[in-house]
Amino acid sequence: MDVWNPHIERLPKAQLEALQLRLLKMQTRRMWELSPFYHERMRSAGVMPGDIKTLVDAKRLPFMTKKDLRDGYPNKLMMRDRGNLLRYHASSGTTGKATIVGYTKNDLENWSESLARAMTSFGLGKNDVIQVANTYGLFSGGLGFHYATEKLGATVIPASTGNTDRQLDLICDLEVTAMAATPSYLMYLGEVAEKRGIDIRKDTKLRYGLLGGEPWSDKMRDRIYEKMGIRGINCFGASELSGPMFMECAEQDGIHFWGDLALLEIVDPDTGEPLEPGQKGEMVVTMLQKEAFPIMRYRMGDITSIMEEPCPCGRAHPRITRIQGRVDDMIIIRGINVFPSQVEHSLMQHSELGNEFQLVVDRKGHLDTMLVRAELKPEAFTDNIIELNALRERISNRLKNVLNVSAKVELVQPGTLPRFEGKAKRVMDRREY
Amino acid sequence: MSYWNPVEVMPVPELKALQLKQLKMLVYKLYTFSPFYRQKMKDAGVTPEDIQELDDVRKLPFMTKKDLRDGYPDKLFLASPREVVRYHASSGTTGKPTIVGYTQNDIESWSESVARGLVSAGVGTDDVLQVCYTYGLFSGGLGLHYGAEKVGAAVVPASTGNTERQIDLVRDLNVTVIASTPSYLLHMGEVAERMGVDIRKDTKLRLGILGAEPWSDKMRDRIYERLGIEAIDIYGTSELSGPLWCECSQQNGIHVWADITLIEVLDPNTGEPVPPGEKGELVVTMLLKEALPIVRYRTGDVTTMSEEVCACGRTHPRIGRIQGRVDDMIIVRGINVFPSQVEHSLMTNPEVGNEFQIVVDRQGALDTMMVKVELRPEAFGDRLFELDAIKARITHKLRDALNVGVTLEIVEPGSLPRFEGKAKRVVDKRSF
Amino acid sequence: MSENDKYRIKQLSIFSENRPNRLGAVAKVLKEGKINILGFSIAEGAGYGVIRVLVDNPVTARDLLTKEGFVVKFTEVLAIQMQDTPGGLFDLTDQMKDINIEYGYGYRSPPYAVLIVRVEDIEKGIESLLAGGLRLLDNVNFH
Repeated sequence: MDVWNPHIERLPKAQLEALQLRLLKMQTRRMWELSPFYHERMRSAGVMPGDIKTLVDAKRLPFMTKKDLRDGYPNKLMMRDRGNLLRYHASSGTTGKATIVGYTKNDLENWSESLARAMTSFGLGKNDVIQVANTYGLFSGGLGFHYATEKLGATVIPASTGNTDRQLDLICDLEVTAMAATPSYLMYLGEVAEKRGIDIRKDTKLRYGLLGGEPWSDKMRDRIYEKMGIRGINCFGASELSGPMFMECAEQDGIHFWGDLALLEIVDPDTGEPLEPGQKGEMVVTMLQKEAFPIMRYRMGDITSIMEEPCPCGRAHPRITRIQGRVDDMIIIRGINVFPSQVEHSLMQHSELGNEFQLVVDRKGHLDTMLVRAELKPEAFTDNIIELNALRERISNRLKNVLNVSAKVELVQPGTLPRFEGKAKRVMDRREY
Repeated sequence: MSYWNPVEVMPVPELKALQLKQLKMLVYKLYTFSPFYRQKMKDAGVTPEDIQELDDVRKLPFMTKKDLRDGYPDKLFLASPREVVRYHASSGTTGKPTIVGYTQNDIESWSESVARGLVSAGVGTDDVLQVCYTYGLFSGGLGLHYGAEKVGAAVVPASTGNTERQIDLVRDLNVTVIASTPSYLLHMGEVAERMGVDIRKDTKLRLGILGAEPWSDKMRDRIYERLGIEAIDIYGTSELSGPLWCECSQQNGIHVWADITLIEVLDPNTGEPVPPGEKGELVVTMLLKEALPIVRYRTGDVTTMSEEVCACGRTHPRIGRIQGRVDDMIIVRGINVFPSQVEHSLMTNPEVGNEFQIVVDRQGALDTMMVKVELRPEAFGDRLFELDAIKARITHKLRDALNVGVTLEIVEPGSLPRFEGKAKRVVDKRSF
Repeated sequence: MSENDKYRIKQLSIFSENRPNRLGAVAKVLKEGKINILGFSIAEGAGYGVIRVLVDNPVTARDLLTKEGFVVKFTEVLAIQMQDTPGGLFDLTDQMKDINIEYGYGYRSPPYAVLIVRVEDIEKGIESLLAGGLRLLDNVNFH
């Protein structure tokens, strides 16, 4: 198996950690000097760059949360002046405003580098044709894989999402060998192929699925392999970190976090105290080289654990297990993160609706569906079905604009949705993974 | 005035000599390595030796949309699949899309063309450029994206949709340049007004790189009056790579980079050149393309050409605004739509009769497209939800085939106009 | 043929696009064919409508409308008789708890009132309505 960056990927553990410490010191100092936000944060936490003497000292640094991202809109968390910026991406925030991430040339380089290493680590290379079926645009999933494929020297098909028939045509006719998508979309594609009489195994060259963006399981991985002969590779990333970043190697046992790019911790979600390798907790990430939009001890909200044993592939870079859940109420629909607070915020823009709502998430075939049930205020009721349908469409369009995922809207009679005394339970998730 | 590449101001004789050299090399390469082109040239009775001066380009055979369609997916490719680093696809005139492959050099010369154009229009490293063309298989989004990245501007890859968020981004990221269709920019202006955002005062937007649909100087004036934005006309199509050429800040014709492209403007009926300044069909030869060579490709677009040196000092020929089409293609929200595509998609639904009509209009600043179809009587049922489901399915298929939003209206059988000769399927109510 | 088939009533469902006076055009055809309308409703869809009519001579009405270019379908509906007194509808719905009604409309026909319904499973609908002691109108009343 080829190695993309042997110098870094083959570093022994001790040297890797020494490198991490050096990068952490440099990054902390950069943030202290170039970012008023982090300067203030570190000061209130009583820590100065000089206090970072070992990797363990990282825990003295302050945490950063989704709320900080929200409050930082649009650019309080960015470090460099705009002249160095080459790109912005945006993910929908937890309420109204988006979270905006800026990138310098080096940020874009490191992002592609990270994925190029990963793609090489399970056998992709120049001769591959990679169809990127993640959304292109502000969402970082599409362009992330696009630039990485380009760096790898492979062929990229910027298919983005939608139009499954055409996606299949391209897979067949352009001899696609790998596809980046959500696991459920790949399953759905398999189903459409079957209906059209296409045997993915025999009629196409598709062998790898670069899968992520939503929770999935080894059971699903097996099913994908049995049905289509495609090896599903687990990917991890988030817009805040740059986009899709880390993947499994050919061992398919844990996701490698490149130690020179990210410092990984697992903490107790309640106390914030670091946990030992092997213990399950909340993932906390510090990006060691990001320039435009630095990330210090960012609480991802994802639950996982660090794997203790070294990987048989020989890389000493830490590995994590599959994401095993969330610490908050975020749900993932068709690869898109959805917070109930976003839905609430969007619904409240419509004067025709009451205060209660319910999110019903399900899976139809292999695709996630989201149904939003909202109570229609008595005074908004009309005999005119066309008007009611138009209202439903307005609500649904607004939701789609905020969430970037489509939702079906059902208007229900006032008083019929469950009321809650304590914390409202808005989400009914009927999916199985 | 600054240039991206000194070749932009090369004296005309030198430029023509360079162009001739590139043309000779292209023809030699095609004749030697491409079975498709060799056959075509043999049929036309021409060999590489026949190309001795630029006018000899007229000895070469034309290439049409049909050639691209018949070549699906990669029969016309010169490069081996290994050398292809990217594919784009545009929806073809019927069923299958047209696939365009790119080598690394193709991506380079494409971005180079766009970068030169952007710089000539005044875009630089300090600019923040929001790209509101679709990203993905459609080449519009990524074309502008790579060009702007090359120039060193910051790119906001907004793609299409969600206008309120687009306006938030324009304001909050201090966006200075926007690339979109002219009608979408006007639509943004309207939405901004409703949101209480004054584009002139509350944003730094100063320049629009506008194309992918027909527009006029009247619209340019309207954009400036309403939004205070200077509008630049940009041209390109997927077959040629994507968006390629735009006006410089003189706003007096689109510069076509002669070291990369050779253009002719011809009488669409005779195929003979029209006198300078007269209208004709734009015919394009891409001199450097490697993966999918383009030789004397008939774009179907009607325009004029000028070889006078521009006031900006650039010596490359210019074309005027696109003034129409030689075929029945229409452009809806920047997407090319052929009535034959609509027909092809509709006929895949067993419920649909043989007649249809496309009604294109403009609501506010945005194009709307409505397709009226007759249902076969046997498809009609008493249940509204079943009719709605049929309607939704037909609509969905159309959207997938055309990549543009469509509303569908089901009409009574027999109510659409019938034609004895050539059917007139399109009713275009827009004024540009 | 089942004994219950006589309760199946042929309703005309006419597709109508949103154009001025399409209803007038339907009415004209029925008038000229000397066809009497017994029950009637209009449902609105997105961009089109469905006119539903009960007439005294459905086959002739269909033929005439079709000849004029209308798209017409027969739909089987049930006509349930109820008391024209307060509580009449309640007595009826009490017997219909397990029946899925797709749509319905009513008319007064002293001394009774009549509810026309389209149900999901017509055979099952007839059986349970009859079992509940309700009176269904025979289609001879309509045809």
